Amino acid sequence: MRYIPHTPEEISEMLAAIGAKDEEALLAGIPKGMRSGGMHGVPAGMAEQQLQGHLSSLAMKNRTMSCASSFLGCGAYRHYVPAAVSELASRSEFVTPYTPYQPELSQGTLQAIFEYQSQICRLFAMDVSNASHYSGATAAADAALMARRIAKRRSRVIVPENMHPEYRHVVGTVVASEDEVTLLPCPAGHFDCAALKGALAGDVAAVFVQLPNFFGIVEDLGDVADMAHEAGSLLIAVVPEPLALGILNPPGSWGADIAVGEGLSLGLPVSFGGPTLGIFTARQEHVRNMPGRICGRTADAEGRAGYVLTLATREQHIRRERATSNICSNQALCATTAAIYMSLMGSQGMRELATLNAAKADYAKRTLAAVEGVALPFEGPTFNEFVIETREPAGDVLAKLADEGILGGVDLGKWMPHMERRILVCATEMNAKEEIDGYAAALGRILN
Amino acid sequence: MNAPDDLKYTKEHEWVRYENGIATIGITDHAQSSLGDIVYVEFPEEGETVTKDDTYGVVESVKAVSDCYAPLSGKVVDINTPLTDNPETINEDCYGEGWMLKVELSDESELDDLMDHDEYKQFVAEETA
Repeated sequence: MRYIPHTPEEISEMLAAIGAKDEEALLAGIPKGMRSGGMHGVPAGMAEQQLQGHLSSLAMKNRTMSCASSFLGCGAYRHYVPAAVSELASRSEFVTPYTPYQPELSQGTLQAIFEYQSQICRLFAMDVSNASHYSGATAAADAALMARRIAKRRSRVIVPENMHPEYRHVVGTVVASEDEVTLLPCPAGHFDCAALKGALAGDVAAVFVQLPNFFGIVEDLGDVADMAHEAGSLLIAVVPEPLALGILNPPGSWGADIAVGEGLSLGLPVSFGGPTLGIFTARQEHVRNMPGRICGRTADAEGRAGYVLTLATREQHIRRERATSNICSNQALCATTAAIYMSLMGSQGMRELATLNAAKADYAKRTLAAVEGVALPFEGPTFNEFVIETREPAGDVLAKLADEGILGGVDLGKWMPHMERRILVCATEMNAKEEIDGYAAALGRILN
Repeated sequence: MNAPDDLKYTKEHEWVRYENGIATIGITDHAQSSLGDIVYVEFPEEGETVTKDDTYGVVESVKAVSDCYAPLSGKVVDINTPLTDNPETINEDCYGEGWMLKVELSDESELDDLMDHDEYKQFVAEETA
């Protein structure tokens, strides 16, 4: 990114134009008692070579997933990003534009967003997608608010324990009233339909489900959809790993009214957990209640196809009190990257990659379960994540694995104290067979 | 400006036709002309209560969004659902096929607060002057 600083001559010219004596005069509005009086606490500058060395030594303190065998998932899944994706996504035409409020100048940006929306609709089997939200968790929260708007007199949402705890936390924060969020326990890991029956009442706006669920389990959720609809509630599907839709039935096919997800798996690097990409879709009949930007395709006065941001009356810069959300932006570059990734992979590529993930994780599950001292606490098919239970606390096991260069997974005790001996393990196409075997061997040594 | 003389009117450019306890409500020719091509109408639900001067819905055109204010209080007994698919009917026939909702009045005396045809014409003339 180019940066061209002002010259001393330009600075003098600007100061003269506004009648200011010097740069210090521009700060006259700040009371003297509030001024720091200088750059205290900021060390003196370094020479470039020295700075390089300093930053390198700081960076070497990081243990990244690329320098370890990583089995981390839990909402952020490591997948291979083809070079073509990074290459195209980093083009200045995609990186530099701002919000496409002026369609005449922004047809390229708008078309990229429209393609992203169209691909997401196909992947999720839903009618409408927005131009993206900030993250899967905030998308889930906005979905709860949307359901409450649609259901008018209903304000409660039902959230299962097998939905990602951090997503649940965000939904709870945004819904703002504790007694309007009902937590449904899932002791066996599966969605508990009997418990749902008891919880469904005339004040429930929506029921949340996650697929695959937080414990990695793939469930048939058609019955949950039927129960929710019979009670007059909406069904909100949450998909933190949309790659799974390469082989699993998408939310639109089993009754979701709103479907949200996290697009990190679609060509974005995991990095330190972001930037993330919130996916937000809904049925056509609810489009006017959807939050976020929506790009539409239309024809200009001469009949040529053109793209615009549309249905703007949902947004707060048009109608503040009646806006469907406070969001007034999207993750344009991430969405564009996802569109590039999905174009490159195609539906066949997504299916093949999803199949490969399932196979890797299945191998990992069987191999780890065969280790003395390891058990599988949950039943049912899984996609690319599963839970193991060990004799010792997960925290200790994971620390010892880390010493051997293995990031073994996530300690579930972090959110669920009674699950302190359980680890959520993820295996994707990035985990070689040797790595998985190495994990099993290390685990065997640690536990025995 | 077209304003039938058998109707009553409000300062928000709504018209009311009152028959047998039921008030039919819509927006006037002046309103539809000012708004431009109407693209969407948001209604209250049947059975809902509306209160005089509170908003009951929204009319959206290509250039503006307007809140609709209830001229009278009562219970919504009918809404003109075809307007959902054909909102332009309001532009074409605002006093006939473009009616918006029917309300069973809870307080007939509120009708006295409305303008008659001459008062409304005068009001529009002053507003546009």
